[in-house]
Amino acid sequence: MTRTTPTRCDLLIIGAGPAGMAAALAAAGSGMRIAVVDDNPAPGGQIWRDGPGVQLPPLARQHRRALARHTNIEILCGTRVVGLGERASTGDAASLILENATRGWTQHASRLILCTGARELLLPFPGWTLPGVTGAGGLQALIKAGLNVRDQRIVVAGTGPLLLAAASTARKAGAQVLRVAEMASWGALAAFAAQLVRWPAKAWQAPTLLHPGLRANAHVLEALGSTQVKAVRLQRGNTVEQLACERIACGFGLVPNTHLGQMLGCILGERSGLQVDALMQTTVPGIYAAGECTGFGGSERALVQGAIAGHAAAGESAAAQALQHPLARWNAFADALHRHFPLRAEALAALPRPDTFVCRCEDVAHGALQARSSWIDAKLHTRCGMGACQGRICGAAAQVLYGWAPQPARHLLSPARIATLADAGSEPTHESVPRI
Amino acid sequence: MATYDVIVIGAGMVGAACAHALANAGQRVLVLDARLGGATNAGMGHLVVMDDNPAELALSQASLSQWQAWAPRMAAEAPGTAFNACGTLWVAQDAEEMQEAEHKRARLQAHGIACELLSARELAALEPVLRPGLHGALRVGGDSMVYAPNAAEWLLGRAATPIQVEALHASRIEGRRVHCSDGSVRDGGAVLLAAGIHATQFCPELPIRPKKGHLAITDRGSATVRHQLVELGYVKNAHQTEGTSVAFNLQPRPTGQWLLGSSRQFDTLEPAVDNAVLARMLRRAIEYVPSLAERNAIRTWTGFRAATPDGLPIIGRHPEREHLWLAVGHEGLGVTTAPATARLIASSMLGTAAPIDPAPYAATRFVQECAA
Amino acid sequence: MKNTAAMVEVQVGAARVLVRVPAGSSVAAALAQQPPGCTRLSVSGQWRAPLCGMGVCHECRVLINGRERLACQTVCEDGMHITTSSAQPAGTT
Repeated sequence: MTRTTPTRCDLLIIGAGPAGMAAALAAAGSGMRIAVVDDNPAPGGQIWRDGPGVQLPPLARQHRRALARHTNIEILCGTRVVGLGERASTGDAASLILENATRGWTQHASRLILCTGARELLLPFPGWTLPGVTGAGGLQALIKAGLNVRDQRIVVAGTGPLLLAAASTARKAGAQVLRVAEMASWGALAAFAAQLVRWPAKAWQAPTLLHPGLRANAHVLEALGSTQVKAVRLQRGNTVEQLACERIACGFGLVPNTHLGQMLGCILGERSGLQVDALMQTTVPGIYAAGECTGFGGSERALVQGAIAGHAAAGESAAAQALQHPLARWNAFADALHRHFPLRAEALAALPRPDTFVCRCEDVAHGALQARSSWIDAKLHTRCGMGACQGRICGAAAQVLYGWAPQPARHLLSPARIATLADAGSEPTHESVPRI
Repeated sequence: MATYDVIVIGAGMVGAACAHALANAGQRVLVLDARLGGATNAGMGHLVVMDDNPAELALSQASLSQWQAWAPRMAAEAPGTAFNACGTLWVAQDAEEMQEAEHKRARLQAHGIACELLSARELAALEPVLRPGLHGALRVGGDSMVYAPNAAEWLLGRAATPIQVEALHASRIEGRRVHCSDGSVRDGGAVLLAAGIHATQFCPELPIRPKKGHLAITDRGSATVRHQLVELGYVKNAHQTEGTSVAFNLQPRPTGQWLLGSSRQFDTLEPAVDNAVLARMLRRAIEYVPSLAERNAIRTWTGFRAATPDGLPIIGRHPEREHLWLAVGHEGLGVTTAPATARLIASSMLGTAAPIDPAPYAATRFVQECAA
Repeated sequence: MKNTAAMVEVQVGAARVLVRVPAGSSVAAALAQQPPGCTRLSVSGQWRAPLCGMGVCHECRVLINGRERLACQTVCEDGMHITTSSAQPAGTT
């Protein structure tokens, strides 16, 4: 079997969204050899996701052009971190096993910046496993990547600013968005809109996001259909509404992607994100973090955090310090955002029925999980969280439904080809294997 | 304070089976488990007749009969136990191993265990995922597999006398009293230690060493495997006392996932996956099943087997300490041999006839009996 | 610079049905041309389709030219052969 050679860089950045791109650009001037890894086909993360028919905002295009101009920055798209590798040097921040469509290898890095972003909080309700049910951000991502929703009837539901953004994307793509069912109250929505006015850069977005089908104090009850979505039942105040539709896009906000950081030993801070100091250093030397993985904060804050992390990783503390003022502004915006879409855990915990699957990978139902005592107990006896998503979807749901604290995997971050793992041992010159 | 007839330390398969047997005999049993997760949670749950020596064969053969007797009840009462009578194929990669397979067949058949040799052609027809060029295999149809954590839970929940289970970390055994790390105590008529690698915490005189093993589970795929596939070299592997070694071991799960092992490393308690050892194990597996290279592994983990110097468990009275019984040191065969272990322990504690000769497993082979 | 008029042709299923999508479209988008764009069979035998759209949920695992990949994160290329998971659900042999 052929062995692939491990690779080394000075600075490894995980995630090519706004934070990762800003970090690479900030560090570029130092001359460090920089590699940026992202599992999507193109840079941009979620908010700047590229695809057919997407008109990238000017800022996104500028960042991508700037990245391409630097010969010391290599962007590795379609590449995923699958696990922790064997360290080659004690001075390295990390050695990570990477995998793309054709090969896997161990990448060694003197410094590491985690810009792993956030994923959508998806919660179970009866019928949520039917084809046609997606996240709200999920639908937006699928449409940007070319999903045709023309003339399809769509109901958007859940909670958070993503709902209106998803509805807008769907409408522009020719879909009929029948309803945006926001679980928060009108009061909370109005307060959020009022907050947006404080940030001129955001305020102009506010009216464009409003939707005639928007209903507050509304939540999904059930997705109906046998082989795919045919209709949705919604609770609206004291009444129940049933709407025929082809798609239900339902999401409940964002969860920071902290698994890789946690595997590396980084401690979590507030709002379930990776804890960082003013220079974006995590609790592990040589490892920085920026963007939504440090807690939900929006793309403007991600850009500033990314730049700080890039400068700091390159040893340019003066440049990093100079960005503290804009950081403080965007931290205030993040604080404001957090207050307006609290999760109504009690109402959400009442949504799944005993036979509703909570773990979609292993088809483990709510009833089976209610009888267990903890995340570990559930994993062991029901196999919840033991599937391909490694508890990312069901773990976040279990936290809301049962109050469990899910723990991330210890070695594999993502499914990995066996060939990749077979290759990822250290490279002995002669194998002293007793031939049995 | 309630007292119990027996306090069992450890709710792994051995502790659970012993508690089950004692409770069925009318004993009031308390099981204490520190929820550390041991070999029962980490292992493959392969129920396999092992014939490296007569004592191992006696223990595993008697146990497999019990597992087969339990199987219909487990299927009805706890489908999560996933008992599957799949059989084992001991795969021979060369003429020498094929000879070993023939010797193994002779030994097993002499003890009434049904098995047959497969030619290279028959092997390829039965298990097309195996690489061409293998010499054949020994098929042991009576071997099976079980999802051990659920089987242990089933045993604890299904005894004639209800078994009390408490999530407590036992810290010290003092005669009939067990001290727990939260400061509480539990009193019983006798104490049974079934704590795997943690046994030496209570009895440092026991020669138990941890043997670390790696495992990986793949995603589901379309290729079918019917039996648990094990290389004949596994046996030589399992009895080495030094060094790090790997052997091919593949279990087809009911979901269509493949559970992969195995590796052995001595005297480390480092739970982290060792990429170099994992890589060796997977390369070995790919040598037997080339299509593995393309499958995804979705989880990897490690476990620690409790190993004794002669490879046999310690079952019976503690020679020096009154009121203390031992059921430890089962290495990689704890799930398989838990039922016979339990019957030996029950007979020893209750003074009834032993189901098999208990002498080979006696603790006196390691610990001197007190002078009378 | 994006040539939005360019199309790409992939083959779907054992029957190799030809599906044309705009260049840059994901495999998930191509599969959705046969609504609802199912990708895999679950453990208990239900068909599933993409859920999260961003490579987290793994519902969109498909075989692309024989190798398992996530449909939502893979861009269609001319001649790609896409088959949905043929893994057997539990309870079948």
